[in-house]
Amino acid sequence: MEFFGMPVQVLAGQIMLGLVNGCFYAVLSLGLAVIFGLLRIVNFAHGAFFMTGAFSAWMLLHFLGWGYWAALLAVPLVVGAVGGVFERSLLRRLYGLDPIYGLLLTFGLVLVLEGGFRVAFGTSGQAYPVPPLLQGVFNLGFMILPIYRAWVIVAALAACAFTWWLIERTSLGARLRAATEKPLLTQSFGVDVPRLLTFTYAGGIALAAFTGVLAAPILHVNSGMGSNLVIIVFAIVVIGGMGSIFGSIVTALGIGVIEGLTKVWYSEASTTVIFVVMALVLLFRPRGLFGKEGVV
Amino acid sequence: MTKPPRSAAARVTAPQGGMFFLGAVLRKNLFAVAALVLLVLLLAVPWVPQVVYPVFVMKLLCMALFACAYSLLLGFGGMMSFGHAAFFGSAAYITGLVTKYWGFPPEVGLLAGTLFAAGLGAVFGALAIHRQGIYLAMITLALAQMVYFIFLQLPFTGAEDGLQQIPRGTLFGFIDLRNDVAMYHLVLLLTLGGLWLIYRVVHSPFGHVVVAIREHEPRARSLGYPVERYKLMLFVISAALSGLAGSMKALVFQLAALSDVHWHLSGDVVLMALLGGMHTVFGPAVGAAVVVGLQYYLDAFGGWVTLITGLIFMVCVLSFRSGIAGAVLALRTRPGLTP
Repeated sequence: MEFFGMPVQVLAGQIMLGLVNGCFYAVLSLGLAVIFGLLRIVNFAHGAFFMTGAFSAWMLLHFLGWGYWAALLAVPLVVGAVGGVFERSLLRRLYGLDPIYGLLLTFGLVLVLEGGFRVAFGTSGQAYPVPPLLQGVFNLGFMILPIYRAWVIVAALAACAFTWWLIERTSLGARLRAATEKPLLTQSFGVDVPRLLTFTYAGGIALAAFTGVLAAPILHVNSGMGSNLVIIVFAIVVIGGMGSIFGSIVTALGIGVIEGLTKVWYSEASTTVIFVVMALVLLFRPRGLFGKEGVV
Repeated sequence: MTKPPRSAAARVTAPQGGMFFLGAVLRKNLFAVAALVLLVLLLAVPWVPQVVYPVFVMKLLCMALFACAYSLLLGFGGMMSFGHAAFFGSAAYITGLVTKYWGFPPEVGLLAGTLFAAGLGAVFGALAIHRQGIYLAMITLALAQMVYFIFLQLPFTGAEDGLQQIPRGTLFGFIDLRNDVAMYHLVLLLTLGGLWLIYRVVHSPFGHVVVAIREHEPRARSLGYPVERYKLMLFVISAALSGLAGSMKALVFQLAALSDVHWHLSGDVVLMALLGGMHTVFGPAVGAAVVVGLQYYLDAFGGWVTLITGLIFMVCVLSFRSGIAGAVLALRTRPGLTP
């Protein structure tokens, strides 16, 4: 069976790969958007914490013998806590200044983390095995679907849904949204906004670390894995606008699929297509697909 | 922004006698004297290769021009680009292409690289100046990443190996640039020319309008200034001078490599501007000297360079935002006199 001159297996396989990447983009851009919404900080270190998450899973396996599931639970907590400490001790000093300084501080953190892991483990990738429970494939008839990739999509979408529920449907989320709109007024109602900021940053980082653990068996675990990803996520944030959670998830998945399809038809362009899309969006809709008018 | 009335001060103190006059001139023109001393030292470099390696100083000069050109956009124009390596690196590649594969002389190579960077700057600027602040940073970073991938794949760039053995050639048909002394003087001349141009831009009517736009964009707009055109123009000037730096670097090292277009370099140049003092015209050159020197001496330690660069970055952002030149200026200016 063929479709646009391509065997359906190839096409479906690439769409699947694109969706998996799109899921990584989605969780990362979600965390980035939530942090930006409340802290007004563009967290350049998001990719570095993603990388830290993947490395932590690898280290847990290597040095302590902790398996995948333990890592999936423990790593987001630990790395999220590290993120919280970073916010409380350093990032906090920059509130009220030009947001550029937040970007620069987190960029410095990227270099520190990347350099640190490179000193410790070198530049070559470390392999992380797929957990036994998720090995093997589903045969869907028209394509072969590795179980692990299906799991990544489910887990990532679940993480997005959980975040959405937390922000839109809980009282904690209501406070968070209130603090995003009017921090001073929210504080005067007795909400501990500074603590909320720490919690938000730690939560966003935990999401990034969670994604890192999910990605560890698929991507090579190495010190540079986060930065390339975070630049793509920046482009996605520009394309989608930071207006809505739903918007950023849809944009991320869509971009993942476009990237996958480009690999089928014109693989040379698969690394650049995202940035071309970004340029087009900037030309025709500068505030982004889902961006609100008036939001810079 | 107004210049201190140096000549007037000199005239007033002149009748009071020789030594005092000299002292007053020295005090008044400390920067001019320092610049003169620096120039003499720079001119002496190629004659004492056993003291300081001229190629290293050439790299320093290229990066100093790059950092000042970058800071023209960041510190002076208030626009933070995070993709300036794209201009530096693409100019290096184009210079290599034009001189090595097309066989043109070096002056054409330098011009082609600079013009290409200017064109790229126009494209980046046109796309990016619609958005402000951190969005501008993210957009330029993403566009630069695209340029990186393009150069990774283009056939003439040699991908991971880089574009090697770029010929230095003969300038204007009679100056052999394979001679390090000749190359050094060309780099010094072009760097000083570039820095002079930046100084002229900052102190021109155009520069004053740019300051007005930076300080209060809606007001500048309401006064009738075509804000977008000014911003784009500044972007192009900054990109072109960054390109000139990249082209020179390609000729000096006879190499254009992926590290020249990589986002690490974009980050490095931000650090140079920040460390040197991004609200001063030539401070970033000092920052460039520190960063390049650091990377030169720590080169053997691999990941440590990145780690230490990151630490300096964080310290600068947290507690040293005015940079080296800013701190020196603050020392020299008495509290009551700060503008």
